[in-house]
Amino acid sequence: MTLTRRTALRTAAAAAALPLVHIRSAGAAGKLTLGLWDHWVPAGNGAMKKIIDAWAEKNKVEVGIDFITSVGNKNLLTIAAEAQSKTGHDVEAFPAWEILNNQQNLEPVDDVVEGLIKQYGAVNPVNEYLSKVGGHWMAVPSSSGTQYKPSCARISVFKNAGADVQAWFPARAEHSALADQWTWDKLLELAPQAQKAGLPFALGLGQTTDSVDFVGALFRSFGAQMVNEKGEVSVKSDTVRQALEYMAKLTKFLPPDVFSYDDASNNRALISGKAGMIFNPPSAWAVAKRDNPSVAADCWTFPTPAGPKGRFVPYLPYFWGIWSFSKNKSAAKDLLTHLAQREQVEALSTAVSGYDIPPFLAMADLKVWEQVEPPLGTVFNYPIRPFHNATPSIAALPAPPDIAVQIYNRATMTTMVAKMTQGGQSMEQVLAWAQDELEGFMR
Amino acid sequence: MSAATATLPTRIRPQAGRFTRIWRRRSTAAVLMCLPLILLLLLLVVYPAAYAIYLAMLNKRMTAFVGMGNFVFLLKRATFHLVIFQSCLFAVSAVIAKASIGFTLAHLMHVIPPNRQRLLRGLLLIPWVVPLALSTLGWWWLFDPSYSAFNWILDGIGVPQVAWLGNTGWARFSMILVNTWYGSPFFMIMYLAALKSVPHELFEAAAIDGASAWQKLRFVTLPMMRNIISITVLFSLIVTFADFTIVRILTAGGPQDTTHIFATYAFEVGIQSGDIPLGAAVSLFMLPILAVASFFILRGVMRRNREMAAG
Repeated sequence: MTLTRRTALRTAAAAAALPLVHIRSAGAAGKLTLGLWDHWVPAGNGAMKKIIDAWAEKNKVEVGIDFITSVGNKNLLTIAAEAQSKTGHDVEAFPAWEILNNQQNLEPVDDVVEGLIKQYGAVNPVNEYLSKVGGHWMAVPSSSGTQYKPSCARISVFKNAGADVQAWFPARAEHSALADQWTWDKLLELAPQAQKAGLPFALGLGQTTDSVDFVGALFRSFGAQMVNEKGEVSVKSDTVRQALEYMAKLTKFLPPDVFSYDDASNNRALISGKAGMIFNPPSAWAVAKRDNPSVAADCWTFPTPAGPKGRFVPYLPYFWGIWSFSKNKSAAKDLLTHLAQREQVEALSTAVSGYDIPPFLAMADLKVWEQVEPPLGTVFNYPIRPFHNATPSIAALPAPPDIAVQIYNRATMTTMVAKMTQGGQSMEQVLAWAQDELEGFMR
Repeated sequence: MSAATATLPTRIRPQAGRFTRIWRRRSTAAVLMCLPLILLLLLLVVYPAAYAIYLAMLNKRMTAFVGMGNFVFLLKRATFHLVIFQSCLFAVSAVIAKASIGFTLAHLMHVIPPNRQRLLRGLLLIPWVVPLALSTLGWWWLFDPSYSAFNWILDGIGVPQVAWLGNTGWARFSMILVNTWYGSPFFMIMYLAALKSVPHELFEAAAIDGASAWQKLRFVTLPMMRNIISITVLFSLIVTFADFTIVRILTAGGPQDTTHIFATYAFEVGIQSGDIPLGAAVSLFMLPILAVASFFILRGVMRRNREMAAG
């Protein structure tokens, strides 16, 4: 065949059109931009990207992902900026309270969540409290970044004090009668011995989430409510007094610096071998596994202690929300439905050594929690299992969420404890301060 | 051609149009040349400030106008009274400390021969040059109650450990210390420049008149530096009042809210607790305080300028 000017032009035109055809098919179902949480565990982002890329390829959607860190509250700033400017990503990862803060800018996702509930059964009740507004689901509960903050104890420290945590909560799917021994009173009994052994319990009383979550769970297990479900201030109650009195006793056996703890302080205390116990997800154990293996091999994770009103384990979830200004809501809903399937949840949780907690209670049996070590079974009891007789909780429950968010973020409960124990104020002074502060949250 | 035009009688020169006349005015050219800067200021200063004022007058959900409601609400809160007190304590103490240290360092530097000054000047400027977030993280490690290097030293000499960031008094002290460390080089360099501009003859004349070192400082140096001291104090007061980084990194407002200043409290209320209008109102409380300070300081500067011009 001879090459004429006409055939050369025809070939060039066809070649130029090829990429156009490709682009059209690659993004045939439109574009989607995602602002997802930058996972603490480095493998988390890669696993998430792999799943999303496969979905995008299959569904011909052009997807862009930004992993946004929560360090320095950059994710909160991004959310606030996008809510104000009404532009940005289509889908955003929202930390616990941000659904309520941004409800008027979010697309309801009842169809997605109700479908998932039909598929997998009940969702963790804290998710409903945080993301169901006026009877509508405003976001899809996510596994990525969602965590419990149970006890993470040094086996040897407890054993030396006469308590066998592996017997209390063995790595088997069964209730041990010994588990009932793990109460706040028991913790108070063990705390002086741990302190004497030079490995005090590193329980924060600062103003960041780990501290707030721990004190929030303790308050709930005493039945202490700052504000009741009707939105009435109920801080001047006997149960709040009991919780504060308990904390006044416990604080004497905690490290003196707990009032200035941030979310990394308790981790550091455990990892460096200076603490007998912390309340935390397995991230501290995972870092110890890398940096101080002998400490990691001596760690056991199990639920928080029980109080007079039950056992409450701090739960801090993440959500995926679709902005109301998103231009591709149908694709966003499809993707979120896909990400919430058991297969994807398991892949994500496995990639981060079990750090991520699935929002659906039926998924508390993922294999990853049985497999990770050392010691084998160390995080078996990290997710709440039915036989734990425990309730997931977030500090300030059952206050209406728009009040609870302020109690939580202003660290009202830990500040009360600090004012009484460190500041030397009387119980009545502390309660009067809290009453005034809580009334201010009602505006 | 231009030479020919120049020699034409005025009456036969072509009349310039109104637009051309406006165009040729120096003021028009000045406005045009400043226009990019004016637009930039409008965009980056006026608009955000106006938007912050607008936000501060909305309700929590930003659905209704509440006028001064947020400001009145804040003034009734005991925690906010604490924030006002702490902001003033932090800014005033840190500025006094920075000015005093900067003034002393500038004088010490001034007596060193110029060729030996360079290295010292460079070293002393390091705190001001290092990004504040990084250096504050360094300080945070030094203060960290569990692993504090300071406490390690105290341990070594048998002195009880200090809860640098866990005790109200020490936490406030630590914040002021870090701000002073960071800001003193700025004062030093400004005062050193001012010192160098004081005519040497004045000191010679004072020496001939038998003035002591203190008298030279009191009657020559200070009067010559009053304007630069006022301007640097004002500038530093504004920057210190608006500080966020140091408090956020060191204490995040704790313990017991006793180290919150306007910016950190505004962030906690506005961004973390989802009440952006109230957060905006908190941050705007800086405005009247700084406006009053600016008024008095700048009035003093202008009065002295007039006196110097008249003299």
